[in-house]
Amino acid sequence: MLRQLEGSKAIAETVALCRPEVVCAYPISPQTHIIEAIGVKVKDGSLAPCEYINVESEFAAMSVSIGASAAGARAYTATASQGLLFMIEAVYNAAGLGLPIVMTLANRAIGAPINIWNDHSDAMAVRDSGWIQLFAETNQEAADLHVQAFRLAEELSVPVMVCMDGFILTHAVEGVDLMDQDTVDRFLPSYEPRQVLDPDDPVSIGAMVGPEAFEEVRYLAHLRQLDALDYIPVIAEEFTALTGRPSGGLIHPYRAEDADTIVVALGSVLGTIKDAVDHLRDGGERVGVLGITSFRPFPIEAVRVALANATRVIVVEKAFSLGMGGVLATDVSMATLGSSAVLTTVIAGLGGRPIAQHSIESMIGQAIRGELETLTFLDLDEGIIERERARMARTRRSGPFAENVLRDLRHNREDRS
Amino acid sequence: MSEQRVHFYQVGSFAVGNRLLSADDRTVQSSPHRTNSIDSGHRACQGCGEALGARYALDAAMRATNGQLLAVNATGCLEVFSTPYPETSWRIPWLHSLFGNAPAVATGVAAAMRVKGRSDVRVIGQAGDGGTVDIGFGTLSGMFERNDDVLFICYDNEGYMNTGVQRSAATPPAARTATTDVVGAEPGNGFGQGKDLPRIAMAHDIPYVATATVADLHDLERKVERAMSFRGARYLHVFVPCPLGWGSASNDTIHLARLAKETGLFPVFEAEHGVVTNVSRIRRLAPVEEYLKLQRRYAHLFGAKGRPDIVARLQAIADANIARYGLAPERGELDNREDA
Amino acid sequence: MERPFAITLDVGTSRANHTGSWRVERPVYVDRLPPCNDACPAGENIQGWLYEAESGGYEAAWRKLVENNPLPAIMGRVCFHPCESACNRVQVDEAVGINAVERFLGDTAIEHGWSLPAAGPDTGKRVLVVGAGPAGLSAAYHLRLLGHQVRLVDSSPKLGGMLRYGIPAYRLPRAILDAEIARITDMGVEVVANHTVHDIDAERREGGFDAVFLAVGAQLGKRVNIPAGDSSKVIDAVSFLHQVADEDPPMLGRRVIVYGGGDTALDAARTARRLGATDAVIVYRRNRDKMPAHAEEVEQALGEGVTVRWLSTVERFENERLVLEKMRLNADGFPEPTGEYEELDADSLVLALGQDTDLSLLEGNDNVEVRDGVVQVATTMMTNEGGVFAGGDAAPSDRTATVAVGHGKRAARGIDAYLRNVDFVSGDRHDLATADHLNTWYYADAPRTERPELERIRRQTNFEEVIGGLTEENALFEARRCLSCGNCFECDNCFGVCPDNAVIKLGGDVKYVFNYDFCKGCGICVRECPCGAIEMVPELI
Repeated sequence: MLRQLEGSKAIAETVALCRPEVVCAYPISPQTHIIEAIGVKVKDGSLAPCEYINVESEFAAMSVSIGASAAGARAYTATASQGLLFMIEAVYNAAGLGLPIVMTLANRAIGAPINIWNDHSDAMAVRDSGWIQLFAETNQEAADLHVQAFRLAEELSVPVMVCMDGFILTHAVEGVDLMDQDTVDRFLPSYEPRQVLDPDDPVSIGAMVGPEAFEEVRYLAHLRQLDALDYIPVIAEEFTALTGRPSGGLIHPYRAEDADTIVVALGSVLGTIKDAVDHLRDGGERVGVLGITSFRPFPIEAVRVALANATRVIVVEKAFSLGMGGVLATDVSMATLGSSAVLTTVIAGLGGRPIAQHSIESMIGQAIRGELETLTFLDLDEGIIERERARMARTRRSGPFAENVLRDLRHNREDRS
Repeated sequence: MSEQRVHFYQVGSFAVGNRLLSADDRTVQSSPHRTNSIDSGHRACQGCGEALGARYALDAAMRATNGQLLAVNATGCLEVFSTPYPETSWRIPWLHSLFGNAPAVATGVAAAMRVKGRSDVRVIGQAGDGGTVDIGFGTLSGMFERNDDVLFICYDNEGYMNTGVQRSAATPPAARTATTDVVGAEPGNGFGQGKDLPRIAMAHDIPYVATATVADLHDLERKVERAMSFRGARYLHVFVPCPLGWGSASNDTIHLARLAKETGLFPVFEAEHGVVTNVSRIRRLAPVEEYLKLQRRYAHLFGAKGRPDIVARLQAIADANIARYGLAPERGELDNREDA
Repeated sequence: MERPFAITLDVGTSRANHTGSWRVERPVYVDRLPPCNDACPAGENIQGWLYEAESGGYEAAWRKLVENNPLPAIMGRVCFHPCESACNRVQVDEAVGINAVERFLGDTAIEHGWSLPAAGPDTGKRVLVVGAGPAGLSAAYHLRLLGHQVRLVDSSPKLGGMLRYGIPAYRLPRAILDAEIARITDMGVEVVANHTVHDIDAERREGGFDAVFLAVGAQLGKRVNIPAGDSSKVIDAVSFLHQVADEDPPMLGRRVIVYGGGDTALDAARTARRLGATDAVIVYRRNRDKMPAHAEEVEQALGEGVTVRWLSTVERFENERLVLEKMRLNADGFPEPTGEYEELDADSLVLALGQDTDLSLLEGNDNVEVRDGVVQVATTMMTNEGGVFAGGDAAPSDRTATVAVGHGKRAARGIDAYLRNVDFVSGDRHDLATADHLNTWYYADAPRTERPELERIRRQTNFEEVIGGLTEENALFEARRCLSCGNCFECDNCFGVCPDNAVIKLGGDVKYVFNYDFCKGCGICVRECPCGAIEMVPELI
């Protein structure tokens, strides 16, 4: 049933259809509307049986999920940004224990400086945690990915994080075709844990593992991620067969078959990039897009194939590794090893900065002309950078970096006015 | 209301069992059919109070729940010595996640049981004092205030023993640890610091809070059983001497626990809904020196360069406990303490 | 269930890890000698029979008791219970009332008619026991158990020796005495009463005895030279008590003076009160602290109206006037005359100044050594002459009934070894379970139960037994006060306090065993054993 509703609401409705048994909530923008809406459903009895627990921190939220999942309950939580970092120890732990928890990550920047708006720094901070990380391009896909996430998690006994851009998706009202309960139930059987705390079959879960076996444990976890590379397309196809909607999978190529230049990205920015590509195509440029849905496991083979014919690959990403560069780009470079394609990285949209279509088009144009630097920051205000660096060079006590930048921005505005 | 102890000659009131006692009056530990929740082959040090306390508490809980028990364990000595791959000492379903999240994980387990309608299955969370009063404090307080159906047990050995005997917020004043060395004007741990977690737990108005020691098994088991008669958040703080961390003889573990109670340094009591309902009065009052002198962590207080002033401050703490909880011996019991 | 590798483990797998290899010392179960057993002159296994009594197994307790002492109802009355003086329970509150429980068991056995074990298989050897006092009776009993034939001879018409003729009935009712003696003679002892042995060699030779046990006692009251007028009535306490026992009491008048400070003096004075004396006065040359009589006997005598003149000696006795000289104790605690005198009205004077042994039956025998008025014996109780043994008051001893019972047992075993021509072997004595081996914390406070006393007014006028027995409930309580020093009594402490589950509870006779696969040698079990029945021994590496 197609409805116009806020992304968070669509997620809440869909998660509820997945019959979670334990939901943990600790509020953090921009995840709040999701857990609020689920809370109402549990309290009014429309989602039952379900234990909804208002915990005292994200660390507790993931920990409660760990306990619930280990005890055989389908567990769900949601967070963002600082919250993800606060629970990070438990995030790693849930994966290490192989607990099929599903978590929505309403992607948001990480402070300091504190910033509530969207980028992908939070997701990148846990990319090595052992969680499967799926990125949604639209609210429809975000909703669909949650259903697939539970199936995937429980089948493989691996936790799954569905990443959706904070505010851009969570707070956007758009049309979403919500599934009905029957369809979800057909797709998602009830949770049969691979291991569980059971008085009738006692086991010790969470042993200390020393050098004699730790590498094997880690490698086995890696193999399960590789298994997911096979399984993600299977359940996506099954999902499409059931709903008629192409959702999920490893990657989403767009007009890439004959493209010389392919822009690679995660999440909602793909929409803007597609518009830019359409526009450039109209101008005769052979450009295309590769959206990556499964960031972890990284579909290195699928990406290699998708980029095989490109001479230029531009990775646009909303996070970066300070002192190094693109995170996604590093992964993509592993897929293009041996290829002659020129790989450039464009960092964009940090802390919620809008990514304008014209900026993307201009950036692609530079790339086609061979003018794009290997690492570029989209729409960077060079003036601010220069002034701050000069100040720092002048005086040791130049003050807090972030405050200086804000002051310069004010001055810029005053200068303009 | 103080508990009426059944005097059973010759040792039924205090010893583990007695062939002359009825089975109901014996401890769980006296039974050859006890669970041995934590079994032989664990790697705890010789004379480990925590290994003992954990078996006492969990075996009692197993009896109280008819074997329908799930345990969640924080990181720490108890976890490390019990479950090094490929061997586990546990005979009950057991889950270890992290150091600071055992109360929250236990909440999750309890939630799973509730959602599945398994009200017969009960959940225990357990940790050492570090996992309880320090790193796990936030999740513990959250579990308390939500009144989640978990019995949380702290095995208090007054420091971070697993990492090499560092100070925790449960380390007593003047005690030597690796991070509170016996140098300077106030050697050892400082005075006026630390957390009294049983009282903090009581401030949450949870249904049941109790303290116990490994020296009084009847009392400990009764408290576990009592705890299991409540739903909601419950807290049991068990005093477990650590020969390694305290520098005490391995055979003195129970003796030290007994002295901690008999000096008044560790008050043994229980509280329901925030109100103290019962205290274990001192039977043979002992001066704190008797307790302190058996531990090398207090060695700097004695001998030629001793610090009688610090001993007196520790005695004052014991005296304050005795006054606060009404621990003074019952009339007719012997007062062995010499007037200082 | 499929289990994830390494992270998830199957329960109890740590039993593959044998932590016993950490150990440098190992605990072992031991039996230590309880101080009561150590102190018992009769060699009773007191802790052993109390253990049986604790669970209400009175017949089993009695049977364990009579393994060593066939006279529990008697000893439960007349023994001065050195066991209680040695009892470790004083560390907790007061000594266990062992004597009272012994009497309870003895009385219960008589009440139920429990018989002693049957005599052992006949060895064909014949033993003559001279004297049917506690030593002779004990010897006869143990000899019969060992299968030897026994002839028990006594010069008196009835058996019992000093038990009958020295201890008044208010302390030892005759029915009790008769019952326990009969139980022994019923084992097939040939009894010859009213028979005085004059020549032991002849008696042995003519009767064809393979061995002889001399248990003739010390029946002669000591006399001292006290100037006394012809009309003055002077008698020794032994004769006095003997005549009373024969129901032919002498006429002593209303004012009876007893001279001496031992238990016999007290018996004489208390008997005199019962025979109608209005004044029964003990004259003793030292003070109360120095008095050899047992304190509780003194207490009872004073309670019955007996009075004592401390620090006094009898100077002379004539015309119903007794002249006393006052004494004082010198720096060494010995009495010295002061030269001060006082007088007392008196109808008679009873001398209780000790007893001598009548050893005239040894005249003509040069082998048996007699020194200090008693027969010298080896540890087997044998004299210098092969096959001739001696014990009880006739041998060097404290001259108590309990010592005599012990002598009788030891002599019987010595005779048995002699007759079988084997070496006499004393039982192994374990290390003493001293108080420092105990962890008294575990014993609940339990004040002892006192036996009821006959109210004073009644006991001044008759020979009813003064001290009552315990009820079953009290006896059980008292038995359960036993700390079981040095001997496991299955409190389960070791089983419970082991942090490594390295104690296996088996029950039955074995009780517990250590599982040395896992025992790390921490020693908590030793420290927390209430009764000191475990010790640490170095591990041999």
